[in-house]
Amino acid sequence: MATLEIHDLHVSVEAEAGPREILKGVDLTVKQGETHAIMGPNGSGKSTLAYSLAGHPKYRITGGTVTLDGEDVLAMTVDERARAGVFLAMQYPVEVPGVSVSNFLRTSATAVRGEAPKLRTWVKEVRETMERLQMDPAFAERNLNEGFSGGEKKRHEILQLELLKPSIAILDETDSGLDVDALRVVSEGVNRVRGTGEVGTLLITHYTRILRYIKPDFVHVFAQGRIAESGGAELADKLEEEGYEAYVKGGVTA
Amino acid sequence: MAEAQNIPAGSTTAGSIAVAAESTVATRMSAPPSYDVADFPVPHGREEEWRFTPLERLRGLHDGTAVAADGVTVEVTAPDGVVVETVGRDDARIGKAGTPVDRVAAQAFSSFEKASVVSVPRETVLSEPIRIAVHGEGGTAYGHQIVELGAFAEAVVVIDHTGDAVLAANVDYLIGDGAKLTVVSLQDWDEKAVHVAQHNALVGRDASFKSVVVTFGGDVVRLTPQVRYAAPGGESELFGLYFTDRGQHQEHRLFVDHDAPHCKSNAAYKGALQGAGAHAVWIGDVLIRASAVGTDTYEMNRNLVLTDGARVDSVPNLEIETGEIVGAGHASATGRFDDEQLFYLMARGIPETEARRLVVRGFFAELVQKIGLPDVEERLMTKIEAELEASV
Repeated sequence: MATLEIHDLHVSVEAEAGPREILKGVDLTVKQGETHAIMGPNGSGKSTLAYSLAGHPKYRITGGTVTLDGEDVLAMTVDERARAGVFLAMQYPVEVPGVSVSNFLRTSATAVRGEAPKLRTWVKEVRETMERLQMDPAFAERNLNEGFSGGEKKRHEILQLELLKPSIAILDETDSGLDVDALRVVSEGVNRVRGTGEVGTLLITHYTRILRYIKPDFVHVFAQGRIAESGGAELADKLEEEGYEAYVKGGVTA
Repeated sequence: MAEAQNIPAGSTTAGSIAVAAESTVATRMSAPPSYDVADFPVPHGREEEWRFTPLERLRGLHDGTAVAADGVTVEVTAPDGVVVETVGRDDARIGKAGTPVDRVAAQAFSSFEKASVVSVPRETVLSEPIRIAVHGEGGTAYGHQIVELGAFAEAVVVIDHTGDAVLAANVDYLIGDGAKLTVVSLQDWDEKAVHVAQHNALVGRDASFKSVVVTFGGDVVRLTPQVRYAAPGGESELFGLYFTDRGQHQEHRLFVDHDAPHCKSNAAYKGALQGAGAHAVWIGDVLIRASAVGTDTYEMNRNLVLTDGARVDSVPNLEIETGEIVGAGHASATGRFDDEQLFYLMARGIPETEARRLVVRGFFAELVQKIGLPDVEERLMTKIEAELEASV
């Protein structure tokens, strides 16, 4: 059973005035089958955690460990992490002109699965997954993320999640900028993947809205670069009512 | 007459790029266009039109010391109905499409002995391309090529430059009223070749001209594509691709002279560079004269710098003498490999080298897809693959 263990993770970014520490000792364990919601105010370091786990070069790990089934994730290159089973659904997927969605998906699936998927079953698999996400088949021939609306970008991220079947899925503000219909479609996609019981999900969000569609097993409040409080789904209800103010203020004195 | 507006170039900078604020197209040349080489002083390198070019590598094409010897072979393969001729200097069609704008073009015009003429009679629509193979075996040559389309004729011409040569040439495209000409000029030279050429297109009434310039090889390649409109309603598309390797100098200097009303032009050139001393130069001059009301023009140059030590000079220049136009714009950008693109692809399990290839292929594919000739598109993508094999 896949387990992602984050222990005392410290991460800095280069800023004009020198390195600035953003994550200040994060501890978290995510097991296959579990869903953890990470919530917190803007600037608390939620996205930094997501990108650090995926290996974005902008973030420098200054301390701590991250392991996936005992393997050192931090020692892996970005592509090795993905092939090891870590998937990051990005908040702002970049445009890659001239690379078609279908070419990209197949290249990616080939890399992650270790062999090229059989063309016939692959085409069917992609088509059916796209249908479930209410994506137009013509979408596959468009250039990667180019001119995609916010909703299209998010559907496309979840399409990849469904096709690549990671053991750890990190969803970075997948709900932001979505209208209710799109949020429902995207959430259904996430729930299909969760329903297999094969994935541990790290759901990063600013709002509680998405938690009405995707029920977390654990909720963690992120503030000032670390987890300030952990609880069950009921913690989200509390945040819904009270907001993050207690954590923002409390963090300063803590 | 409206006052000339001069819009300076806007470029983003990530690799090495120089952007110049230009004076007008006509006045910044060191001499007005002429057929006679004697009308041009020998350049010393500081002239506006020569400042990017390594004169010492032109093998004497610029100063009169390059003597024609051993030449190049020119083989024309044309479908039935096309007239292929070799003519003397007195043929009336010679020089009709345009006048040499710099000393090397004038040198070529003053020095060539026979011109090759390919003509497609009026209303003849070719289903197969005309192929012109220019091959060098180390010789020095001055050439003149004419492609003439009668009214309403349609043709595709592929000019393929291979081997090793020192070649200066003028290539004239005379496009009759309502005719459609697509020309693909491939500079697929061996590494020592020097090739300087001016392309002159004269676009007839309601005619369309599509030029695809592809430069991969050579030590120095400097091309000067010029477009003029003989009458209203003409349309030109100027596409270009180059892959500039270590030590290569590849220069493309476009000039679209909008001198007739209701004409269109669209230029899009893309280049990738890799290796120390790789130098790409792109000049995009577009002039909309006072008479050219209803003009619609856009020009774009993009460069992708793959390694340190490569240099790009990209200078789009748009001059507008009338406000009565449909549209006019330009864009130029030089970027390094986009790390965010790389991260996105790698985050999906794609190894770095493959991700880089995907991005470069993608960078060119957009433009390659516009060529509309499957065999040329395929050859280009194969060539790009080979260039990438060498780099990553």
